[in-house]
Amino acid sequence: MNRRDSLKALGIGTLSASSLLAACKPNTENKTVDKDIKVDTIGRQDFEVARDKVVAKGTFFDTHEMATITVLADLIIPKDVHSGSASDAKVADFIEFIVKDEPEHQLPMRGGLRWLDVQCLKRYNNDFKGCTAHQQDEILQEIAYPFKAKPGMQQGVAFFNKMRDLTAIGFFTSKMGIEDLGYKGNAPGKWEGVPADILKKYGLEGV
Amino acid sequence: MEIKKSSTVYDVVIIGSGAGGGMSGYVLANAGIKVLMLEAGPFFDPAKDSQQLKWSYESPRRGGNATRPMGDFDAAYGGWQIEGEPYTQKDGSEFQWFRAKMLGGRTNHWGRISLRMGPKDFKCKTSYGVGDDWPITYDEIKPYYDKIDRLLGVYGSMEGMNNDPDGIFLPPPKPRLNELFVKKAATKVGIKVIAGRGSILTAPLPGNTDRHACFYCGQCNRSCKIYGDFSASSCLVIPAIKTGNLEVVTNAIVREILTDGDGLANGVSYISKNDMQEYQVKAKTVILAASTCESARILLNSKSAGHPNGLANSSNVVGKYLHDSTQGAGVAILPQLLNRNRFNEDGVGSLHLYAPWWLDNKKLDFPRGYHLEIFGGMMMPGYGGYFGFEGAPVPFLNGFLPGADGKMKDAGGFGASLKNDYRRFYGTMAGFGCHGASTAKEDNYCEIDPTVVDKYGIPVLRFRYKWGTDDVNQAKHMQETAKTILHEMGGIPLLQPAGPETNYGLDKPGKGIHEVGTVRMGDDPKRAPLNKWGQAHDCKNLFVTDGSVFTQQSEKNPTWTILALSMRTSEYLIDQRKKHNI
Repeated sequence: MNRRDSLKALGIGTLSASSLLAACKPNTENKTVDKDIKVDTIGRQDFEVARDKVVAKGTFFDTHEMATITVLADLIIPKDVHSGSASDAKVADFIEFIVKDEPEHQLPMRGGLRWLDVQCLKRYNNDFKGCTAHQQDEILQEIAYPFKAKPGMQQGVAFFNKMRDLTAIGFFTSKMGIEDLGYKGNAPGKWEGVPADILKKYGLEGV
Repeated sequence: MEIKKSSTVYDVVIIGSGAGGGMSGYVLANAGIKVLMLEAGPFFDPAKDSQQLKWSYESPRRGGNATRPMGDFDAAYGGWQIEGEPYTQKDGSEFQWFRAKMLGGRTNHWGRISLRMGPKDFKCKTSYGVGDDWPITYDEIKPYYDKIDRLLGVYGSMEGMNNDPDGIFLPPPKPRLNELFVKKAATKVGIKVIAGRGSILTAPLPGNTDRHACFYCGQCNRSCKIYGDFSASSCLVIPAIKTGNLEVVTNAIVREILTDGDGLANGVSYISKNDMQEYQVKAKTVILAASTCESARILLNSKSAGHPNGLANSSNVVGKYLHDSTQGAGVAILPQLLNRNRFNEDGVGSLHLYAPWWLDNKKLDFPRGYHLEIFGGMMMPGYGGYFGFEGAPVPFLNGFLPGADGKMKDAGGFGASLKNDYRRFYGTMAGFGCHGASTAKEDNYCEIDPTVVDKYGIPVLRFRYKWGTDDVNQAKHMQETAKTILHEMGGIPLLQPAGPETNYGLDKPGKGIHEVGTVRMGDDPKRAPLNKWGQAHDCKNLFVTDGSVFTQQSEKNPTWTILALSMRTSEYLIDQRKKHNI
């Protein structure tokens, strides 16, 4: 079997990566419709399909919490010359899903958001979302650097560590984030090893 | 409630469809024998069911572990815990039991690392002074290793090493960039690194038109739609079904093996998960291959007047001598790769490079050894699997290395600068897993918990497993090796050094998922349930063909040996049928 035949076995008659990727996009036949909720069923266990629907249907964060998460996520991953912001990549929606999927995040996230709002109310007489950009930056400076944060701010550090993690996961696993990082794989081809110029650059030619 | 009894008497009933059961089914069906296979999980065909080539964002959890412990795209149905099917522990034991309930079992997601055990490995007691010798030698199993190499395909390089025997190899894949850094450093400190050995078709397999050559997506753990790697489902069971001689019943949880008044096996009883009804099937011969621990459980639960201590257990060693690989690791960030070049280096989903055990035990404070499984490179950014999100350490590492402006900043942060840190650290991780041999001991075992049943009413397993001094000393040595190589690489280690209070980072028993030995082979019926053919000493028409038959593991991953032994036992069974001995 040559490579072309291999790809035919996948249902794709060409070596073109773009057509393969198009073919691998979610396909309506792979989905079941339950009101507006679509979940994959091919190669999934029955309990996974049922669970995915339940998780997708529920709501955990309220409107204020979602708005705060959106503001925080954009401060963590802002738009720059390479790619859009966390909200452009719908990171808040991912965080809403993942806290339902992995409930251990729920309490630290809910409590952490409230901790942040109360800190801001005390200092600036406003919740975090309602603070000025300068005030938001000021409070984040105190919780975003774990090794220099003051002892009284450690609860905020713990919250921000989690918020930063979830934001980064949500962004860099999105289509926009994967393209930003420059991952070139998930495309069929022939692996011939590290290009010669790169081996040379690192002095690894003879290894 | 009634038991539904089938009137058909099958030549052979096989319990389990993984590497052991799958190979038995393949050999017997191709020899014209009528076989029924019972599988505890659903049908699984990688061609249809694989999650291969999906992007992280096609999973709502971005590949996360909520329903599959090795990630949303991983091909194993099951995990460390299965709802309604518990196991218990004794004496503070923390044995971890990974089960995959599906056609092909764990071979759908395994690492495809396909190593032969060597001549010294089959003579453990003679060679190393610990454990027991197998009742067979390397020379006796070698023809079967050769046959499975040809039948299933394995890549590797010819090295001529005595205790790491070469096979019949397809060309090995080239290493990734990060892996070359590990090789360079390991070589410098005196560790020989060679090409990996994996059951992936890096070239077409001669004579096989059902399977296709690898297209290098690096996603073998998702199982392969074009059957480019070895899974028992795609390469053994599904082809065996096509012979017309193998029938598979899925979702069939085996309760016990039935015996007649003479103590011979004559059938199997199971419960169907589809309708929760009880069934019995009749067989002239039974092959047990339900996985190392599940097979012990079935034997111990198969009590009868002729076998009051459980089937094939007059020796009282079924469940004993349970042993799993020791595991440690070294992982680092390579500062020289910050802002590295981007290109597709997915490669294969198995080993590109590894280091076979390289030292002489006479100079060490432990017997046996371990090998290094080298990894690294630009993975698809995702959440889940062993690593979780690869970028997770970035906010803690960005304070250790100066930025492009040459200035050191504080670890953590947010905003444009942090966003850039994720980019510059991407693809800079490299490391190796250390996988070693543990010695089988009588007092490491699984047994039937006298008080607990699962949701099907079947008594469950209780584990008792403690690492010994040799295992801990080996883990200490792994940690020293990791430190030496990572230092030579100029890497920033990501794992904290562990002390004696945590066994020097030695993973919990079971986590290696190389557990073997509970129904071992041996010439003495008082010390082993099976003879050297995998046939029960106490019950001549009962054979076992999974990892439970191992007398003693080595540091080589067990699957290739399970396959070779299963083929050997199946051919012996055919011979014994012809001679009317069974």
